[in-house]
Amino acid sequence: MKCSSLNVLPLAAAAMLLAACSKAPDLDQYGASPKLPEPSRGVMPDMIIAKPAPWDGQVPIAPQGYTVSAIATDLGIPRQTLVLPNGDILVAEGRGGHAPKLKPKDVIAGKIKAKGNTSVKSGNRLTLLRDADGDGKYELKTVFADHLDAPYGLALVGNKLYVANQGELVRFDYQPGQTHASGAPVKVTDLPSAINHHWTKALAASPDGRYLYVAIGSNSNITERGMSAEVDRARIWQVDAATGAHKVYATGLRNPTALAIQPGTDTLWAVVNERDEIGPNLVPDYLTSVREGGFYGWPYAYWGQHVDTRVMPQDPAKVAAAIVPDYALGSHVAALGVAFSAPTMGGQFGDGVFVGEHGSWNRNPPVGYKVVFVPFRNGRPSGDPIDFLTGFRTKDGKTRGRPVGVSVDPRGALIVADDLSNTIWRVTPTTAAAAPATTPPAPAASAPAPAAPSSAP
Amino acid sequence: MVSTVDRLRPGGAHLFHAATLAGALALFLVALLTDWAYWSSYEIQWSNFASWLLVGAMVLVSVAIICEIFALVRGGRSVVHIVVLVATWLVGFFDALHHGRDAWAIMPTALVLSVIAVVLAFVATWLSFASLRAGGVR
Repeated sequence: MKCSSLNVLPLAAAAMLLAACSKAPDLDQYGASPKLPEPSRGVMPDMIIAKPAPWDGQVPIAPQGYTVSAIATDLGIPRQTLVLPNGDILVAEGRGGHAPKLKPKDVIAGKIKAKGNTSVKSGNRLTLLRDADGDGKYELKTVFADHLDAPYGLALVGNKLYVANQGELVRFDYQPGQTHASGAPVKVTDLPSAINHHWTKALAASPDGRYLYVAIGSNSNITERGMSAEVDRARIWQVDAATGAHKVYATGLRNPTALAIQPGTDTLWAVVNERDEIGPNLVPDYLTSVREGGFYGWPYAYWGQHVDTRVMPQDPAKVAAAIVPDYALGSHVAALGVAFSAPTMGGQFGDGVFVGEHGSWNRNPPVGYKVVFVPFRNGRPSGDPIDFLTGFRTKDGKTRGRPVGVSVDPRGALIVADDLSNTIWRVTPTTAAAAPATTPPAPAASAPAPAAPSSAP
Repeated sequence: MVSTVDRLRPGGAHLFHAATLAGALALFLVALLTDWAYWSSYEIQWSNFASWLLVGAMVLVSVAIICEIFALVRGGRSVVHIVVLVATWLVGFFDALHHGRDAWAIMPTALVLSVIAVVLAFVATWLSFASLRAGGVR
C-alpha cells in the first residue's frame, strides 16, 4: 500500500499528495558525520505502512556461514531479550503507552500505523526459553513472570533480575536454573510514565552492579504535547540498585530505546531514535557512547547544533551545548536493539555491535526492517554498517517481521526479537552450531552478556 | 396564500444552508483566535483546539457546498456563491492539513491560512444571507 493516507483524504488534494509521496533520494547517512539535508515536509507526512505477511516457513536471511532458526513463536509482542548465565533466554513481552489522541492527525495516523503492527494482545510477561541439550532447539517455553506492565528492559546483577516496566523498575530474585519467579516483583523505583508517548524503558546495569541505567523516551515527536509533558523525559537515569534513588545521567536523547555496556571499557552506549516529519533524510537515528552529564540536543537541536525551529520558545544556550552523537545509523531506521558482539560470533562479526532496526513509517522508500552490524576497532565504530539479518520485507513490499531487541549469547548466537511475527530468531555461525552437540553448554560464559554485564564471572 | 407556501418550502432549505454557513464562519473565526493564542503564548493546547475547530468548520462548509449545489440546480443563484464557498473549502482544507504538523511547525502559515479562511467564510455567508432575503420574497 502506497501512501495509505490517500484513502482517508478527498481527491481534491490528490495532486499535492502525490508530490508528497514521491520517492526520497537515498542518502548514505552512516558514521560520524552524516550528510544532513535542509528540513522539509510535504502537505502530508510521508507514511508508508506495509501490510504484514506470514513467514510461511521461511526465515530471515543471514550472511553466508550463518544459520537462522525460529526458537519461539506465538509470543505476546516480544521486545527485548536477556541471555542468562546458564544459557536460558528471557523475553520481555508487551505493549505500553497511554498517550491520548490530541489532534485529528493523531486519530488518522494512529489508525494507519496500527496496520503495520501486530494485533496480538500485549503479553505483559517474561517468557523463559531453554535449550537443555544444546541442540539449538529451545524445547522449554514457559512463563517466568506475568501480570507485568509492558516490561521492556532486562538486566541481571548477581542473583537479582531487574525488569523495567513502562512505569516502574522492579526486581525479582533469581537463582541459576530457575524457570518461574519465586515471588511477586519488588519495586525498586517508579519511572516517569505520564502519557508515555514513547513508553519503552530500556535498561542496563553498571559493570559493578551498583547502578542501573534506565532510558526514558520523550513524550512527543517534537514537543507537540507541550513542554510540561517533557519533564523527566528524553534522558537516561542512573538508579542506585540498593536504594532506588536516581540521578539524571544524560539528557536530550529523544528516544533511547536500548542500552548496552561496552565490554572492556565499561562505557554506557545507547541507540536513539531521532525526530520525524522534517524529511525522509532527517534526522539520523544514532548509536552513541553516553557521556555522564551530556546533553544530546532534543528537543532544541539535532546532530549537534542543527536548530529545530518547531520548538518554541527556543534555547540557544542548549543548542550550543548539544553533543554530536558518535555514529549515525540512517534516518528513520528505528533502531530498537543494541548488543555488543563477542568473538564467538565469528568472522567479521566478532568486534562491534548488532543493532535491531524496526523499520520506518515516515519514509518512502522504507528503510530499516533488518539487523545491522556496526564494526568496531579499538573500541570505536569503524566503517559502514553491514547487513546481518535481512529478508523482513517481501519483494512485493509486505512485511514479515520487525526486529526489536538483540542479544548476543556468548556461546556464539545472536538472539533477535521480532514483534510483528511474534517470533524469537536465533542466528548462529554454521560451523559453531555443530559444536554444542558434542560440547554441553558451559554453566557460565567466558564473555559478558551485553545486557547483563555484571553477570559475567 | 400561494406565496406563503412558496416561501416556506424553499425557506427551510435556505435557513439550513444559512445555519451551516454561520456555523462555519464561527468555527473558522474561533480557530483563528486559538491560532493567535498559540502564536502569542506557545501554549500547545490552543493549537490542538484550532485543529478540531477546523474539522468542525470543514464539515459545515462541505454541507454548505452541497446546499449551494442544490440551490444552483434550482436556479436563481449566482455562480459566485459556489466559487467563494469552494475557495473557502480549499483554504480550510489546507489549513486543517497544515495544523497536522507538530508544534511550531504550523507557524506562521497556519495563522495566515486561518485569516484567509475567515475572510472567505465571511464573504460566503454575507452573499448567502443577502440572497436569503431575496429568496424570501421570491
